[in-house]
Amino acid sequence: MESVTQTIQGVPLNHYILFSAIIFSIGVMGVLIRRNAIVIFMSVELMLNAVNLLFTAFSAHKGDASGQVFVFFVMALAAAEVAVGLAIIVMIYRNTNSTDINVLNRLKW
Amino acid sequence: MNLFYLVAFLSVFFSLLVIFSKNPVYSVLYLIVTFFTFTVHYILLNAQFLAIVNFIVYMGAIMVLFLFVLMLLNLNKDTEPMKSGLLKIAGVVAGLCLLVTLIGSVKAMNLSQPLALKNPSIGLVKSLGKVLFKEFLLPFEVSSILLFSAMVGAVLLAKKEPKKI
Repeated sequence: MESVTQTIQGVPLNHYILFSAIIFSIGVMGVLIRRNAIVIFMSVELMLNAVNLLFTAFSAHKGDASGQVFVFFVMALAAAEVAVGLAIIVMIYRNTNSTDINVLNRLKW
Repeated sequence: MNLFYLVAFLSVFFSLLVIFSKNPVYSVLYLIVTFFTFTVHYILLNAQFLAIVNFIVYMGAIMVLFLFVLMLLNLNKDTEPMKSGLLKIAGVVAGLCLLVTLIGSVKAMNLSQPLALKNPSIGLVKSLGKVLFKEFLLPFEVSSILLFSAMVGAVLLAKKEPKKI
């Protein structure tokens, strides 16, 4: 355990921020360029994970456990969101025979 | 220290593969690998509880749910709807704009002190459980209601509607 904590000591905190920003932007890109609703969901999961990692890094840096408890709550929220969202996608597929979000373009306005 | 950069590179690489692979089944498999690299990140930060929870909840439960729905709907490369090239380029440019904005604001903040684990035992199950069940007891209980309502909602939504007479 000591060697594990030794390995991370030299990494600057802003590298963690940059890394999370990159993963978050990849998630945003995925939402923008894909039309399959399930892949869009997966991109949202990527964004949630980027934020989770940053929460953990800050919590470890500041020595405050609240950040890690927040990550726990975010994970519970993500589980609930995925369950409901996938149920909605299954229902859409049953009614329209595709998971293309352009079928739902009447929701736009 | 070098391990962080290696794992960070792997996460970025596999998350790019998630959004750019044509077949949604491959996307899910790459996403599982990405979440595994995130688990390694948690272990490096000595957040052992979160590493285990990430491993079990994300890689175990959520990804199986994704894969199961994907198999159930029988989606593959042939039925995959794709956006036109111009819209794709516009999306990538918009994402890069967001990235540049975020990086610029981080540079403006100008913090560069190295990450120091002041209290390495903070992410262990023992200390995290104490915080969770003392200061955050009410949110913890409320999250159980959230999970319960999500379960009821999922069952209600996915159930076939009875034929109207």
